[in-house]
Amino acid sequence: MRNTGERIVQNALMLVAFSALASLLLIAVFIFKEGLPFLLRTGLRDFLLSSDWRPQEGHFGIYPMIVSSLWVTFGAMLVGAPLGIACAIFLNEFVPKSVMRVTKPTIELLAGIPSVVYGFIGVIVVAPLIRSHLGGPGLSVLCAAVILGIMILPTVISISVDAIGSVPNSYREGALALGATRWQSVHMVVLKAARSGIVAGVILGMGRAIGETMAVIMVAGNSVKIPHSALDSVRTLTANIALEMGYATGQHRQALFATGIVLFVFIMILNSLAMAAMKKSVK
Amino acid sequence: MTAAVDIAELDLFYGAFHALKRVNLAIEPRKITALIGPSGCGKSTLLRVLNRMNDLIPGCRIAGTVRLEGRDIYAPNVDVCALRKKVGMVFQRPNPFPLSIRDNVTFGLRVAGLSDSQALDAMAEKSLKAAWLWEQVRDKLDSLATALPLDQQQRLCVARLLAVEPEVILMDEPCSALDPISTAKIEELMLALCEHYTIVIVTHNMQQAARISDSSAYMLLGEMVEFGETPQVFENPKDKRTEDYITGRFG
Ligand SMILES: Nc1ncnc2c1ncn2[C@@H]1O[C@H](COP(=O)(O)OP(=O)(O)OP(=O)(O)O)[C@@H](O)[C@H]1O
Ligand SMILES: [Mg+2]
Repeated sequence: MRNTGERIVQNALMLVAFSALASLLLIAVFIFKEGLPFLLRTGLRDFLLSSDWRPQEGHFGIYPMIVSSLWVTFGAMLVGAPLGIACAIFLNEFVPKSVMRVTKPTIELLAGIPSVVYGFIGVIVVAPLIRSHLGGPGLSVLCAAVILGIMILPTVISISVDAIGSVPNSYREGALALGATRWQSVHMVVLKAARSGIVAGVILGMGRAIGETMAVIMVAGNSVKIPHSALDSVRTLTANIALEMGYATGQHRQALFATGIVLFVFIMILNSLAMAAMKKSVK
Repeated sequence: MTAAVDIAELDLFYGAFHALKRVNLAIEPRKITALIGPSGCGKSTLLRVLNRMNDLIPGCRIAGTVRLEGRDIYAPNVDVCALRKKVGMVFQRPNPFPLSIRDNVTFGLRVAGLSDSQALDAMAEKSLKAAWLWEQVRDKLDSLATALPLDQQQRLCVARLLAVEPEVILMDEPCSALDPISTAKIEELMLALCEHYTIVIVTHNMQQAARISDSSAYMLLGEMVEFGETPQVFENPKDKRTEDYITGRFG
């Protein structure tokens, strides 16, 4: 009797687990099925390297969106990585453990704030500041970089904190016993030992930044063009898909799916890099 | 002869816990002094008083005086970093940094602000030779130090100390992670080093203390029970408690 019960539970769990995996797989298959034929027909070069995005006339060049995505992501890293790493160092090395026990979960909670709220803050606070102090439309690469930089903080901080926290204390003691100051022991030994973990955190943050959609649509301005300065308004790959999917048909629709494939590849590459870095740090 | 390190009426508290009680100890220069005693009696604590590593432990307080060559190392104007260069420490588990062998040896010098790579390399070679490690690592100075065998790691830790030219070397059970052959090598190295350096070693190995030390201090529950020349402490202990411990450990 007991055995039958166990078997039912086991099979049910297996079914659930497989359906979760299967749905992920299906999504991937679906994107590729819709986008790949289009990609093959248009040719990678025309699709990726042409700046002509006029879907109504049948021109599908996503080069401006790729450049914009890269700039926005790069900017977000410039904002988020130093802040996040500095914060992780501070929490690990310069405050009592009890502070850390409160602060770290709080920061991780920030990851749960819906991205539309970040976008809202970008529109209400950051964009007007940029417009009045630096000029331009306000909704811009810079605004998106600042907002995304803040959004990736939880990822960068929590992974870096773990990486730095797992550096054995004997390294710190060894450095201090040789006459190093606290900061010397941190940057000459601890950060070197935690390097791959920190890199993994930054790369994962990058993946989040490149994939973020809602907040970016709200703060980047969405004009399809190659930005010439950080104050220009831009449209990222993700924003392009979200903005046009609602009314796209035929070729246009397929082009958006193909854009999805490009994003998919970007993120896969980033995640594999992060995984490789993590593996190195475990050793 | 004046003592290299002079500890007078030292009390140490971890919060409310009285870990060292009225300890007096005069450590002679260029000799090996062994600290022995059962687990938890305060040997490591006493050792870490000498380079102020206990400063890092929250709630740790001390009273009494500790003098290095006549100067109070707990005086308010003492530069702790400079003190730790003069009083170096080798830990129980070899703890080379996850850097290259070269960067390990030159660490103390770089920390002190030296950046001339020729001078650094020269010091690295000199220190590695003094720690009897040069022959083994001369061809792989740029490889990772943590990949060395344990005994070489421990000698690398000695080498990286020697590079900053300390006066006193503290060793907290430096051989407990090593096999007997590596232990013998480290012991031999200590005997050679004590021509130039004052060495204080904590050990649980009575034979080791008897073999290499000039003076021995027996501690029990935070008290300094007996301190004297090693042959006297081992063969002719004045205190009954020392005798019990030593016969127990040898027997
Ligand atoms: N950071 C600390 N906080 C509180 N108590 C401590 C701390 N470090 C050591 N103690 C206590 O102080 C006493 C002496 O510790 P110490 O490490 O100096 O002993 P030891 O003689 O080196 O022992 P062992 O031979 O096991 O290394 C022990 O009772 C220990 O529990
Ligand atoms: Mg100890």
